[in-house]
Amino acid sequence: METAFEALIAFFLIVSGIFGFVGSFGLLKLRDAMSRLHAPTKATTLGVGGVLLASIFHSIAIEHHLSLHELLITLFLFLTAPVTAHFIAKAHIHMSETPETLPGAEQDGIWATHDVPVVEKTEGDKDSTA
Amino acid sequence: MITYAIYFTFSCFGAALLMNLYKIATAKGVGDKVLALDTMVINAIALMILYGLSLGTEVFFEAAMIIAMLGFVSTVAYARFLLRGNIIE
Repeated sequence: METAFEALIAFFLIVSGIFGFVGSFGLLKLRDAMSRLHAPTKATTLGVGGVLLASIFHSIAIEHHLSLHELLITLFLFLTAPVTAHFIAKAHIHMSETPETLPGAEQDGIWATHDVPVVEKTEGDKDSTA
Repeated sequence: MITYAIYFTFSCFGAALLMNLYKIATAKGVGDKVLALDTMVINAIALMILYGLSLGTEVFFEAAMIIAMLGFVSTVAYARFLLRGNIIE
């Protein structure tokens, strides 16, 4: 029984190591900024999730007590990874793309992040516009 | 068996950290550097948990949690600074 659990832990560790490596390798290898966003946010998060799963099984099978700290970290990482990806993508769109260089938005005509009303700037509130 | 798996995973995440560092040094856009920094934080969390696993202690979970929160907040702050020019308006 112990050996089966050890094999399971080793499997999770090796799979997560491969995923973590692939995530960071994709960051170097992929061609443009938007596809480079895929590798770290998906593969690396999955890699960390695998390490945390292995850690849960290790604490149950080898040290014989249940530890759920890992679940908290997993939950936090899985919640925050899409948010950071969204913010980085938005920064990229506004810094190095224009509505003309982006692919078309089909029936909407324009992407939502560019669809903001133009506010008239008056002389008085120069400081408050940021 | 677990020992060798831990060695393998350590080397994988170590190589991943080095690649992130290379990307931070050579990337052209600021967005790429922020992305590489974020990936570096996640890899560092994985390394810390692996180290705790290999020692059999639970001390590192709290540290990993704090690093995860700090990494999230700093990435959002960086991206917001790039977008708006300041962080809290």
